Amino acid sequence: MAKINEGLLYCESHEWVKVDGNVAIIGVSDFAQEEMGDITYVDLPSEGDTVTAGEDFGALESVKASSELYSPVSGTVIAVNSELEDAPEKVNEDPYASWIIKVEMSDTKELDALMNASSYAEIAK
Amino acid sequence: MAGFCYFPQTEEDIRLMLDRIGVGSLDDLYADVPSDFIYKGEYDLPSALSEQEVRDWFEGLAAKNTRLKVFAGAGAYDHYTPAVIPNITSRSEFLTAYTPYQCEISQGTLRYIFEWQSMICTLTGMDVSNASMYDGPTAAAEAVRMCVASTRKRNTVIVSAGLLPNVIETVLTYAKFPGINVVMSSDVKADIASVEDLAGVVVPSINRYGTVEDLTGLADAVHAKGALLVEYCDPSALAVLKTPAEWGADVAVGDGQTLGIPLCYGGPYVGFMACRSEYMRKLPGRIVGQTVDKEGRRVFVLTLQAREQHIRREKATSNICSNQSLMALWCTVYLSIMGPEGMRKVNDLCWSGSHYLKQQLLATGKFEDPDPDATFIKEFALKPLVDVKTLQKALLDAGFFGALEIDGYVTFCVTEKHSRKEIDALVEIVKSVR
Amino acid sequence: MKYYDKLIFELSKSGRTGYSLPSKVSDKDSLPSSGNLWRQSSLGLPEVSELDVVRHYTNLSQMNFGVDTGFYPLGSCTMKYNPKINEEIVGQFNGIHPLQPLETVRGCAEVYEGIDAALASVTGMKHFTFEPCAGAHGELTGLMLMREYHFSRGDMGRTKVIVPDSAHGTNPASAAVCGLEIVEVKSKADGLIDVEDLKPLLGPDIAGIMMTNPNTLGLFERDIKEIAALVHDCGGLLYYDGANMNPLIGVVRPGDMGFDIMHLNLHKSFSTPHGGGGPGSGPVGVADKLVNLLPRYDKGVEKSESGIRVSGFHGNFGVILRAYAYLLMLGRENVRMAGKLATLGANYIKESLKDCYKLPIPTVCKHEFVFDGLVNDGAREGVAGATTLDVAKRLLDYGFHAPTIYFPLLFHQAIMIEPTETESLETLDAFIEVMRKIAAEAAEDPELLHSAPHATPISRPDETMAARQPKLTWFA
Repeated sequence: MAKINEGLLYCESHEWVKVDGNVAIIGVSDFAQEEMGDITYVDLPSEGDTVTAGEDFGALESVKASSELYSPVSGTVIAVNSELEDAPEKVNEDPYASWIIKVEMSDTKELDALMNASSYAEIAK
Repeated sequence: MAGFCYFPQTEEDIRLMLDRIGVGSLDDLYADVPSDFIYKGEYDLPSALSEQEVRDWFEGLAAKNTRLKVFAGAGAYDHYTPAVIPNITSRSEFLTAYTPYQCEISQGTLRYIFEWQSMICTLTGMDVSNASMYDGPTAAAEAVRMCVASTRKRNTVIVSAGLLPNVIETVLTYAKFPGINVVMSSDVKADIASVEDLAGVVVPSINRYGTVEDLTGLADAVHAKGALLVEYCDPSALAVLKTPAEWGADVAVGDGQTLGIPLCYGGPYVGFMACRSEYMRKLPGRIVGQTVDKEGRRVFVLTLQAREQHIRREKATSNICSNQSLMALWCTVYLSIMGPEGMRKVNDLCWSGSHYLKQQLLATGKFEDPDPDATFIKEFALKPLVDVKTLQKALLDAGFFGALEIDGYVTFCVTEKHSRKEIDALVEIVKSVR
Repeated sequence: MKYYDKLIFELSKSGRTGYSLPSKVSDKDSLPSSGNLWRQSSLGLPEVSELDVVRHYTNLSQMNFGVDTGFYPLGSCTMKYNPKINEEIVGQFNGIHPLQPLETVRGCAEVYEGIDAALASVTGMKHFTFEPCAGAHGELTGLMLMREYHFSRGDMGRTKVIVPDSAHGTNPASAAVCGLEIVEVKSKADGLIDVEDLKPLLGPDIAGIMMTNPNTLGLFERDIKEIAALVHDCGGLLYYDGANMNPLIGVVRPGDMGFDIMHLNLHKSFSTPHGGGGPGSGPVGVADKLVNLLPRYDKGVEKSESGIRVSGFHGNFGVILRAYAYLLMLGRENVRMAGKLATLGANYIKESLKDCYKLPIPTVCKHEFVFDGLVNDGAREGVAGATTLDVAKRLLDYGFHAPTIYFPLLFHQAIMIEPTETESLETLDAFIEVMRKIAAEAAEDPELLHSAPHATPISRPDETMAARQPKLTWFA
């Protein structure tokens, strides 16, 4: 049974968002990492890149799968978790601690379209 | 049914199998096919030949070809094939295997691919090589797509007009359909400045006239625009030439045919493709990597498959799912036999033969040297002062294939297979051309 | 098979040589050893003797399994016997340069003309190009021709191609690299294309449809006549993925079913060896209306109005020669049995195993069929059941190559079996017996299968480590 953390926002493509002022901290859910299996590589964007809600900003790779990462919000990438470059397994070990990017949001209203934990629980099963 | 040596089923076997299936006849197995699609005509094939007749048939066809001493290159070079190679590549365990999906019973294939990758990397100076491509021209075409896939929102690639014609044609064909913008350039450095969305630049290491290109400063100019530099190379010559890595290139491609693969009317050859490690995950094709098995032994597997078309499907940037594995083995055995010293000697033999021929040809007074400063190893271009068709016909009539026409020049190629006697004989024919 | 751990680099000893070369034409001219154009870094090739090389690669070969080693029922790969006469004839053509003028290569030209006519007759197409070097390469070439056909008629808006959900994985990839957008059409519960799902997809933006028939479940698409009419009526073309041509050889011709473009895999249907992943050959055939666009030989002259070139010269000539030899051995008599015997073998295995392995679609199949895992996988409290992967690995212990697994994607535990017409009843029976034995083992002790294979030179590899810490060369 995949863990779903309360207090985070989720989207249908299984990314989570933690809101910190106008910064969105983005990762993937426990359900997503379970579905992928052993993650072997995280394709990260660069700091300063712009992202658009619903469009891909990177990808996760496992031995036999590749899955695009979709940004839940629009804005500018202000930080990437470069630790994941050498240690992609951290996403498997603790997907909620292993954030992937931080985005300075250009439109915080986009958060309204995301799900809370209980709504996401309906999808992630 | 008369017996056929490749179909082992007896009448009795067929009956027994049909009974198990629960149908009355072989035709009943096609009961779901609309009857008007069952072909009732005669097939346009000869009546089945025996093995001896097949042998005779092909001997007859081979006899219709003219055996020529090849002094031509242009993408297919007449290098010597050591006897060991066909002996090894014809081993049925290599020859009759599929792509190494079941690694537990494919370590032979996986290990030689790993060796091939290693050898391509030492030749090119690159960090990563794939398991091979169809041929050089398709490898160049794939490299163009790789440039676009590796850069964000860039869609233009500059392609040097000095590349071989068949490389350019293949690149243009591949680029046309996904709408990649190709700028053909006879002055690459100048054109780099004028292209806005530059994704990559493709240049030859040795151009279509056989001349070794000086790429000084090119990589810096390409990288300053945020694009990739692709170098198209002759892997045999890379044993002595400055490597793509030393020139600062990001991707190296080319045709492995010069590594002892017979001319064989154009194929099968083998393409190679290698890159710097930062582009590893954009490299198309199969890649073999080292790991351990459950007992901790060193073993080899197909790896980084998340790049590949069967996983990426409609997001793929390449659809290649095979390689020219057996030809990669061919080259791997060749490079093992030759070693670093043999590879240097092959190039020295080509150099001495081609320079000797060029001097002798110029001495006939039938040619001008368009570029006396050109550095070349085995192939060179001359400006003919005689009618090209007459020259070519005189050579053909004497059993030579050379003087290929390109852009108003003719090219000749000499390898370690050409003796001084043969070269002198060719020169005598040229002397006789009026 | 025995484990052998060396790489050629590890046999190297400085100063040892394996080559034999003549002396120089002229001592006057020597390769420069320094300067801006020349290599500075050392060349890390091995230094070994000829016997070192022979023993090394012989040892490597002994860790490999080929068709000549044993039964290779790899679905959709058509691992038929590779006749030995085909190998012998190639040597006579080795010295021919690809740019030699026609009057010196009339024999080669006749090979192209002969095999073109033979394949046209077997498939119902008009002519073939032989430039593509593999099946996927053929797909790409075929789609280029599809687009060129529309362009040539000034019809520039056809940017989408329909691909069934059961398609080979290469189909969407080929379409994507050809700049086409993929539209998926669904299969019905019986495994066949849903014509009702297809109808609303058709329109002026459709370049065509890619189909394989029989499809990847080994089922003949019975509605092909209606599908062809619908696609043609909307102005699209039909592309035939020839990966599954084997059961139709000598029985049904794609051209007669309404297909406009197709590729063949000479390394599947026409017996040329797979060579551990190539070289293959993927000739593309077209109907009359596309012939002028085809890059091809006509009386020894290459011509095409489309300007398409997809490989360096004339394709993999050495492979084409082998396939032509096979076609001549088949002749017009034996060709009529090839597809039927392939279909017979597949149905025989299917009927002999369907009580042990789940058969999702029970109808008569063609050259291959798909099981969806074990009927009894042995799962119980605290013990995971045996999977398709486990069955595949256990087969290796019994001296068989594994079938294709986890494809098609329509089933979670897919096991796709294709025996080919060159396998005897005794071989099929031996395979059936082992598959039944494995099913019994799974029911009793799934752990035995989880840890398989046990009798191979190596055990299961750590694929995660391979991908996380890639070591891709001996030097890395």
